[in-house]
Amino acid sequence: MSFVEYSDCIQDGDVAIVYLSHNSVMPVKVQQGAQTQTRYGVIRHSTDLIGQPYGSKVTCSKGGWVYVLHPTPELWTVALPHRTQILYTTDIATITMMLELKPGSIVCESGTGSGSLSHAILRTIAPTGHLHTVEFHQQRAEKVQEEFAEHRVDHLVTVRNQDVCKDGFGVTGVADAIFLDIPSPWEAVGHAKAAMKRQAGGRLCSFSPCIEQVQRTCQALVDQGFEEINTLEVLLRIHDVRTVSLPLPDFGPDCRSDGVEETSPNYAAVSLKTTTPPREIPGHTGYLTFATKPRT
Amino acid sequence: MADNGDEEYRIQQGDYVVLKRGDIFKAVQIVPKKKIIFEKQWFFLDNAVGNLYSTTFEISSGGILQPQKLKETGNPSDLKEAGTDNRNIVDDGKSQKLTRDDIETLKEQGLKGQEIIQQLIENSSTFRDKTEYAQDKYIKKKKKKYENTVTILKPSCRILAMMYHGREPGKICHLRYDTLAQMLTLANIHAHSKVLVFETCAGLVLGSIMERMGGYGSVIQMYPGGGPVRAGVESFGFPAHFHDTLHEFPICHVNALLAGELDTTAKDPTAEEKLNLAADEEQIQPEAEQQGSPEEQNMETNAAQDQEKIEKEKRREAKAQERKVKLEEKRKKLAAAAALLEGRNADGLVIASRFHPCPVLMTLLKFLAPSRPFVVYSQYKETLIECYTKLKEQGGTVNLRLSDTWLRHYQVLPNRTHPVLLMSGGGGYLLSGTTVAMDQSKPAASQRSEEPAPKRQKASVDSSRLPSLE
Repeated sequence: MSFVEYSDCIQDGDVAIVYLSHNSVMPVKVQQGAQTQTRYGVIRHSTDLIGQPYGSKVTCSKGGWVYVLHPTPELWTVALPHRTQILYTTDIATITMMLELKPGSIVCESGTGSGSLSHAILRTIAPTGHLHTVEFHQQRAEKVQEEFAEHRVDHLVTVRNQDVCKDGFGVTGVADAIFLDIPSPWEAVGHAKAAMKRQAGGRLCSFSPCIEQVQRTCQALVDQGFEEINTLEVLLRIHDVRTVSLPLPDFGPDCRSDGVEETSPNYAAVSLKTTTPPREIPGHTGYLTFATKPRT
Repeated sequence: MADNGDEEYRIQQGDYVVLKRGDIFKAVQIVPKKKIIFEKQWFFLDNAVGNLYSTTFEISSGGILQPQKLKETGNPSDLKEAGTDNRNIVDDGKSQKLTRDDIETLKEQGLKGQEIIQQLIENSSTFRDKTEYAQDKYIKKKKKKYENTVTILKPSCRILAMMYHGREPGKICHLRYDTLAQMLTLANIHAHSKVLVFETCAGLVLGSIMERMGGYGSVIQMYPGGGPVRAGVESFGFPAHFHDTLHEFPICHVNALLAGELDTTAKDPTAEEKLNLAADEEQIQPEAEQQGSPEEQNMETNAAQDQEKIEKEKRREAKAQERKVKLEEKRKKLAAAAALLEGRNADGLVIASRFHPCPVLMTLLKFLAPSRPFVVYSQYKETLIECYTKLKEQGGTVNLRLSDTWLRHYQVLPNRTHPVLLMSGGGGYLLSGTTVAMDQSKPAASQRSEEPAPKRQKASVDSSRLPSLE
């Protein structure tokens, strides 16, 4: 198992994703002899997990069952323990494409936070790319480094515990893409430019919840000579598939002109398969600002 | 300022590139002396060769490209004279003194875009009354109309997806570029995986997947009809070795493959060859007749006639040989693709076509290993509702989600920040999920149905008036 390559069977030391139900997944560190509690009962790693194929159904001690899935960055995003507010798959997917990430890309990111986007980047740039990620909070930097190792992706990433606005990304002239998710991204634009390759075409993205931040960042990008500056937002709309039953009203027996009464319809409701939106949806995550670096 | 090792960043003969002006893109190939039309202008790309990608060129007379020397320094409106609001500005269409003909003359004189705009400003009676912002907007508008520059970009999924969506959305089933972005991520496309693709989006989806795989792993394109359509893949300009990872398999053989009855071994060629030989005969006969005119034939000696016979034979054999080689290649490819599919251990499935997705999904899912993602795109929600329902009935999948994305662009300018006026009405829908081990017992409703039970009917009607319910 690794987050950048599939394998077939669960092994000791893997990180697997236990799927309990829609909207309920949890990560599990597979260990010989260990046990995991779920609401459906206990999962015994040695008998229920190790050696089983990923995707298997596992019956827990109370009789309920779960599925054990191979980890992917998308599952990790919904399962990971939050240390900060994270980026979700919708924004991550947009960022990945708009930054033109692919195998071999060299990427700089700050702040690392809980590592949600980091895992997605690593998956996309493997096996030949590299991620330089900067996190100014010491414990968070250490925690995410641990996770990269457990997830067998640490060879693709360098974590630096420093302040990107003061000290930059720790590399210069190498990056194909930069991602910023920090309170004052305009202070890091200069460092971003320095970290990027000299040739034209490098891509930059800044994620900010507030429009004022976006305005200041765009100004900084203009001042630093960036081109193709573009701000957008992407929202996810989920459609819940439902069978709904709509009752038919009764207007009384149908009286025909010849006075013969017709009986009212036999059915009291019509069933239809449709979708309904959830009651509440995330209406805003943040604004995404993209830009292209010219030749320097 | 030529750098060493810059070669991969330089435009070369035969490269597939994308032309850009503002928000308009066009994919073309660099071919010597070929006239290109882009945004109502004609030019040749010959001069582009040797320059770096992302260079902006000016189109000078004769359609010759010249790299733009300097970034336009300073705005044409450094006048600083501006009004405060538009209460006295009357829009009577008469404020511009230059006529269309005047402007044409300026263009013919070879004036650059910047200079034409300067002329327009000087000849506008209302320009100095406009507010600074209005002046800005006016200049931007004129720049868009009169600039004659073009930028040459290296193709990428992002650029091509935006291009197709802007130019020919019908060719890609109206797949919006952010929806494509979601598909690539939800399907966990990455290097060293084995991905199945069924698409009728001119090869855009296929190319995007190949880009994200970087030449590692394999992609199998399942195709309907006679052959795979993938013109869009060329536009990506992939290095040759990427094509080694690309396979194709005709869907008309899928059922046979699933039943284990697909025979891809080399067949006895003689039967087929006889048919081909007969076809050749018919072709060569009229040829031979045309070649010999009556007089010549009379004068021909026996030796010459024999010579002709020998050459006829040679041609026939050569053709038969060619055909044999082609068929053998085709068979080998089919066998290779079948071998990749047989194991039913693909890592991902992506469907995006004009065909009804339901049968495609239900059939191709069989080739996926357990615990692997799949994504289906459809322009229409109803087809995906059907897929969702069928999948629920059958079991073997979890995490099903029917979604679409809402995309909005913003104009960000000091004191003028707001969402852009027009936005995309829709970008299509996605159904995504993950495969799991098929339940051996019953595929019945899981104990955790993902749908809440339909609401029970309230007894608000006098039940004596209703017939009894079944």
